[in-house]
Amino acid sequence: MELVCPAGSLPALKAAVDNGASAVYVGFKDETNARHFSGLNFKEAKVQSALSYARSKGVKLFVAVNTYSQPDGWAKWQKAVDIASNVGVDALIAADMGVLDYATQKHPDLNLHLSVQGSGTNSESLSFYKNNFNIKRAVLPRVLSLKQVAQVAKKSPVDLEVFAFGSLCIMAEGRCYLSSYLTDQSPNTCGACSPASFVRWQETDAGLESRLNDVLIDRYGEGEKAGYPTLCKGRFDIDGEISNVLEEPTSLNTIGLLPELDAIGIKAVKIEGRQRSPVYVEQVVKVWRQAIDEYQRSPDGFNVRPQWTKALAKVSEGAQTTLGAYSRSWQ
Amino acid sequence: MKVSLGPILFFWPKQKVFDFYEQMLQTSVDTIYLGETVCSKRRELSTAEWLELASHLAESGKEVVVSSLALLMAESELSTLRSICEKAPVKVEANDISAVQILSEKGLPFVCGPSTNIYNARTLKLMQKQGAVRWVMPVELSGHCLQTILQQAEEMGFADKIETEVFSYGHLPLAFSARCFTARYLDLPKDNCKFSCIDYPEGILVKSQEQQKLFNLNGVQTQSSDIYNLLAQKAEMQAMGVDMLRISPVEEDTAQIIERFNAVDQSKQNMIPLSDEFCNGYWYAKPGMDTVSEFDAI
Repeated sequence: MELVCPAGSLPALKAAVDNGASAVYVGFKDETNARHFSGLNFKEAKVQSALSYARSKGVKLFVAVNTYSQPDGWAKWQKAVDIASNVGVDALIAADMGVLDYATQKHPDLNLHLSVQGSGTNSESLSFYKNNFNIKRAVLPRVLSLKQVAQVAKKSPVDLEVFAFGSLCIMAEGRCYLSSYLTDQSPNTCGACSPASFVRWQETDAGLESRLNDVLIDRYGEGEKAGYPTLCKGRFDIDGEISNVLEEPTSLNTIGLLPELDAIGIKAVKIEGRQRSPVYVEQVVKVWRQAIDEYQRSPDGFNVRPQWTKALAKVSEGAQTTLGAYSRSWQ
Repeated sequence: MKVSLGPILFFWPKQKVFDFYEQMLQTSVDTIYLGETVCSKRRELSTAEWLELASHLAESGKEVVVSSLALLMAESELSTLRSICEKAPVKVEANDISAVQILSEKGLPFVCGPSTNIYNARTLKLMQKQGAVRWVMPVELSGHCLQTILQQAEEMGFADKIETEVFSYGHLPLAFSARCFTARYLDLPKDNCKFSCIDYPEGILVKSQEQQKLFNLNGVQTQSSDIYNLLAQKAEMQAMGVDMLRISPVEEDTAQIIERFNAVDQSKQNMIPLSDEFCNGYWYAKPGMDTVSEFDAI
């Protein structure tokens, strides 16, 4: 099983490669990828050095061009695809059908993966992407239960990759405009959710307040741990009751599901977090490499080690982890 | 320019659905979309009953289109979709690429709904070649984007082969999830949701802790609490070549809203000022929740 790891910078990429990634995924320094944050990502020349470093250690490099191209910016998306192909990356991860079509026509040898942003949640949809763009792999959205993943895997015409660890999107990826409703920027259009430029923190008499484009997302009492104001994780009011109406700040951790994921034929597990530090990448990749190796050595005797759980909990958002949609109870 | 009625996004009792459509037949609406697009567990009407209703409404001479589910996660949902594509007496609206796959394989003409993610002319052309005869722009795109896409479609030589529809009135469909937020609010597991969204015929209002209206929970769908309203942009859309304006059903006054959209003439004197329950920011490439008055926009 392939371990696909995130990198938002060259040090993070080295951390991933050195600690056991099978492949590393990166994006360019613009809105063509779904982690378009300032100070993050790679220029063309840096992608070249990233590729050289990864290749020297036998690790693959994937490039994500996985936002939706709007008409005024088409040249940018086209260029991103051209660079990825010319550099010779191992796969291009894309969501927009226009981008996939261009890549198929212009660079027929480029290996294409359907991004999680492509919202391919079932076998018929994956067949469309396979028939029209000859994708080789699809990354499944984090909305499916394990049983549903197994159903898709049974009929999927392409290899499947699933999210294994990291931030949890409560909404179907590629189908969420909550961020643009409040800020004018969404993951689909700009590669940003609840963008930092709209975030404001304010100490008030009522507590520490987090705002997104002036909208109050959360208010923290003394001693409460404050989190980034991703808007689906805010505390809102329904009929006078204040709660995490959509989602609590938790992270996804599926390490205990490794045997099941392998049994249903999942070919790759993905770590989320191109926006996270090299230290995060190092710690998470190290644990997952150990887990996969141990599982492969002795599939029947696989047990999650307490030190893995502890190490992963330390770097988790909200410091608690869940199985997300993989566990039916979550749904 | 024609006016269409989008599918009912809420879960209404069967009789209410029948009564609603009987009333719609009396309006000047040109096209009626119907069917369950949000949650497969909503079965006040079976698939067969939706298709029967479609046949019945089509007898009136209005165009009728069967809308299909937006988020398909289970084999059972794919089976329902296949059955709709096979048996629908009228065109189908694809709201997921799975529907595009099934319909294009059968060589049937279809409509690309607002969640099929058509963000550029290249994607639009691809859909047109697969059999799409009409598309609905993603709600988060601006008027400027639409204009550019339509100009490019013209240059690419396929603009006259596909109609353009714009979501012009109603709570904006903003997100889909596997989790049911209505059940979560009521502390019910989704597996035993008791179909409780039927008790919220226009969703559950979510406000910030400062009482700012934000969202509208509708089962697995999250909508804007404000009503998106592009009545004042009708003339602009007509000039761009938009063919159809979509009105998304609300509990009260849908008939009157249709008449207003059909009656409003293109002179600026008839512009209706937007009240604070309306928003139109997306059209102006601003946050969707914003309200831009005509004066601000110019």
